[in-house]
Amino acid sequence: MSASDKSKCESLLGSLSDYVDGSLSEDFCAELERHLAECQDCRVVVDTLRKTVYLYHENASEPAEVPDAVRERLFRCLNLDDYAKH
Amino acid sequence: MDENSEGFSLRALQAGDRAEFARLVDRYSGSIYRLALKMLGNSSDAEDVLQNTFLKAFQHLPAFEGRSSLSTWLYRIASNEALMLIRKRRREVNLADAEAEDEQDAEISAPVQLTDWCCLPEEEFLSDESQDLLNRAVQRLPERLRIVFILRDLQGLSIQEAGEALGLSETAVKTRLLRARLRLREDLSAYYAERLGERSKK
Repeated sequence: MSASDKSKCESLLGSLSDYVDGSLSEDFCAELERHLAECQDCRVVVDTLRKTVYLYHENASEPAEVPDAVRERLFRCLNLDDYAKH
Repeated sequence: MDENSEGFSLRALQAGDRAEFARLVDRYSGSIYRLALKMLGNSSDAEDVLQNTFLKAFQHLPAFEGRSSLSTWLYRIASNEALMLIRKRRREVNLADAEAEDEQDAEISAPVQLTDWCCLPEEEFLSDESQDLLNRAVQRLPERLRIVFILRDLQGLSIQEAGEALGLSETAVKTRLLRARLRLREDLSAYYAERLGERSKK
C-alpha cells in the first residue's frame, strides 16, 4: 500500500460509522466506495465493523425485562405496592 | 407543552397520580434496567440505578418541561445515575485510577485487526462464549464511550436523542459512537480471527 493510500484510509476512517448506518451524504459515500473498491484493508474494516454493529443489535433485540423480584423491590421503594400487580 | 406524551398524561404525572406513574415505570423500567446492567456490569448496582432513576423522576416530574420526550428524559437521569455510580466505585477502589479520562479527545486510532471473519458460520456468533465476549467488550469501553454506545446501539436512540440524554452535541455523539464501535470491532476481531484460525486447522 502506498503512503498516499494510507492517508486516504485514515481520512475516511471518521466517516465509517455513518457509512454503516447508511447516513453518509451521497458525495462522501461515492468517494468512500471508490476507495473501498481498491483498498482491501478498508473493505475488511468496513465489513467487520458492520458485522460488529449487527451482532450488538441482534444481542439487544430481545425485549428488555426486569426480573420479578427486582420489579417488586422497585415498586416497594417507590411506594407503588398497590399497583405492583401485573 | 403537549399534554399527552408517549401515551401518558403529563398533567396526571405532574399532579403525582400514582397509577399513571406506575404505568410509566412499567413501560420504561426494562429499558432503564438493561442500560444500567450494560453500564455497570452487575445486577446489584444496576438495581440501585434503576431505583434511583425512578425516585428522581418522581421527584422532578413537576419540573419536567417537555423539551425532550419523557423516555429521553428518563434516559438522561439513568445515564447520570450510572456514570455517578461508576465514578463513586472507582474512587472506592483506587483514587489514582482516573482511567485516562482525558483520552476522550484523542484521535481515532487506526484499525489494527485486519482479518475478515464475517464468513464464520452463524453458530459461532450464537454461542454463549460469543455472547460473553460481546458483554465483556462493552464493559472494557471507557464509560464516556460506553454510555453513548449503549444508548444508540443497544437502546436504539437516535443520534439526536442520545445527544439530548447526555447533554452532548450530535457531533460529539457521533465521534464517541465511532470510537466505541471501532474499539469493539478490534476486540471482536481478535477473538473471531482466532476462531477462524482454529477452524481452518481442523
